[in-house]
Amino acid sequence: MSTATPAAAPVKKPRLTTSAMIASIAGEGQRTKAAPFGTALVELAKTRPDLVGLTADLAKYTDLHVFAQAHPDRFYQMGMAEQLLMAAAAGLAREGFLPFATTYAVFASRRAYDFICMAIAEEKLNVKIACALPGLTTGYGPSHQATDDLAIFRAMPNLTIIDPCDALDIEQAVPAMAAHDGPVYMRLLRGNVPLVLDEYDYTFELGKAKMLRDGTDVLIISSGFMTMRALEAAKELDGDRVSAAVLHCPTIKPLDAETILREAAKPGRLVVVAENHSAIGGLGEAVAGLLLRNGVTPAFRQIALPDAFLDAGALPTLHDRYGISTAAVVRQIKGWL
Amino acid sequence: METDVKGAGPLLSNTSLAERAYRIRRTALRMGAVQGQGYIAQALGIADVLAVSYFHALRYRPDDPHWEGRDRFLLSIGHYAIALYAALIEAGIVPEDELETYGCDDSRLPMSGMAAYTPGMEITGGSLGQGLAVGVGMALGLKRKKSSSLVYTLFSDGELDEGATWEAALSAAHHTLDNLIGIIDVNNMQADGPSMGVLSSEPLVAKWEAFGWFTQRVDGNDIDAVTAAIDAARAHGGSRPRVIICDTKMAKGVPFLEARERNHFLRVEADEWAKALDALDAGRQHA
Repeated sequence: MSTATPAAAPVKKPRLTTSAMIASIAGEGQRTKAAPFGTALVELAKTRPDLVGLTADLAKYTDLHVFAQAHPDRFYQMGMAEQLLMAAAAGLAREGFLPFATTYAVFASRRAYDFICMAIAEEKLNVKIACALPGLTTGYGPSHQATDDLAIFRAMPNLTIIDPCDALDIEQAVPAMAAHDGPVYMRLLRGNVPLVLDEYDYTFELGKAKMLRDGTDVLIISSGFMTMRALEAAKELDGDRVSAAVLHCPTIKPLDAETILREAAKPGRLVVVAENHSAIGGLGEAVAGLLLRNGVTPAFRQIALPDAFLDAGALPTLHDRYGISTAAVVRQIKGWL
Repeated sequence: METDVKGAGPLLSNTSLAERAYRIRRTALRMGAVQGQGYIAQALGIADVLAVSYFHALRYRPDDPHWEGRDRFLLSIGHYAIALYAALIEAGIVPEDELETYGCDDSRLPMSGMAAYTPGMEITGGSLGQGLAVGVGMALGLKRKKSSSLVYTLFSDGELDEGATWEAALSAAHHTLDNLIGIIDVNNMQADGPSMGVLSSEPLVAKWEAFGWFTQRVDGNDIDAVTAAIDAARAHGGSRPRVIICDTKMAKGVPFLEARERNHFLRVEADEWAKALDALDAGRQHA
């Protein structure tokens, strides 16, 4: 065995392991809360005896296990059968219950679309669908990356769509979903979920976009965890004397047209829509359509995932590669100014 | 005044089930004539099962279709709506004069069955293969409510092609849904031709037994056999869900339509409707 040091060995970058493929989106040292969805459901269950939870073999991976442990008698395991999951939720809603059904966003949108559309949405039933791994929140590759769920669901009549940013957003969205009469699709962040919005004067309201910080050069309209990235980016842009406003828009459908039009119409600001979704059919195109239809035509840019099946790998790498890391957001905005 | 509650006991009417089935067929034919075409053969085939369901088995209040204590009857096969409308008219849930509106603008009786349109229509079927899965959810819900109501779901042999039907079959047994009764209309005819040629699903009894269901197979046009099967399904003491496989004949009761080889969607000439009604009447007299 040689003890000689190989002089010409290439410098190895630290290799991100598989855990980074499935890790939560929280950055190192970031404040988080564990399982805000499951915790909020348990809290809600105290006042809603009609609340039941269902999943398709993904209780542990959608934080529904917290509810299942607290209320085993109100939990239904439907097996790895997403079409059945949605139809059974419809049946329970028909009998007067308030079902929260969970799976991954890819399976709800791609596999169970017809069942959500016909058994739930067409009937305007009170089913709440909470789906983990929205957009690029796993490095498992296209089988698990729901980069198209908003595009798929936005065209479904009667369906309310929300894309919360952090643990606080999720905790507040859960009772709001329950209070809403009709089907709701929520993009779910699971596990140790970042907590950022508690530093802002913010409360989740269904159908409302909220200004988290004002600015004069750029207006970033964002949803989901991209609001967190937008807030981080805005702080960095401050250092370069770029003043960025962040308008958090957690309800994708129906859009808060009034607030978006009002803010986008203010002169002198570049409007950037930032989303954890394909550039096709998500928040960006929803906002663009809204603005054009109303004659509001600011300079407009999109930060979104490309129209492509994305790579597998470690999340931090992929977020940077596809332009949705904080550094990439800053880089893009500076390039546009 | 006490509300009329049908089924689940001695019949409140002397009208025979055969007479009910005849009237359901007749009403379906009259509705078909409004549009000149339709899923008439299926309606004629399933009329006996509907007669037994609505006039022997189901608990309901004609004047209160949403009565909480009712048994649920789910029509998964949306295009069989014409048959169910005929049964709902016969049961007094839908007024008879509405049959003239079948499939017309602003009618409560659209060509494919939808819950929001029609009193007594429990679900929106039509996208095939969803009904039994919705039935699973309703059966779970009724159990949660400690309700004694039963969920009957009518689906077709064609819907056995759909994976979700089997997801529901697995699940119903797993959740011991003894309040769920599946009724399969096996008429061996799908859009592209005979079911067994489109996608073989036999042996059906062995499959449903293996999936954990209390399974019976009967001639779906034999009213006594269907009645006995539904009684046995209701009385069965076990915790298994129940299924009744009903072999039916497309266009049953109208021989010249029965004889048509491709009768999934029948186009009937204007003068043939009267002939069909006459043939139905002739068969009834000979019965």
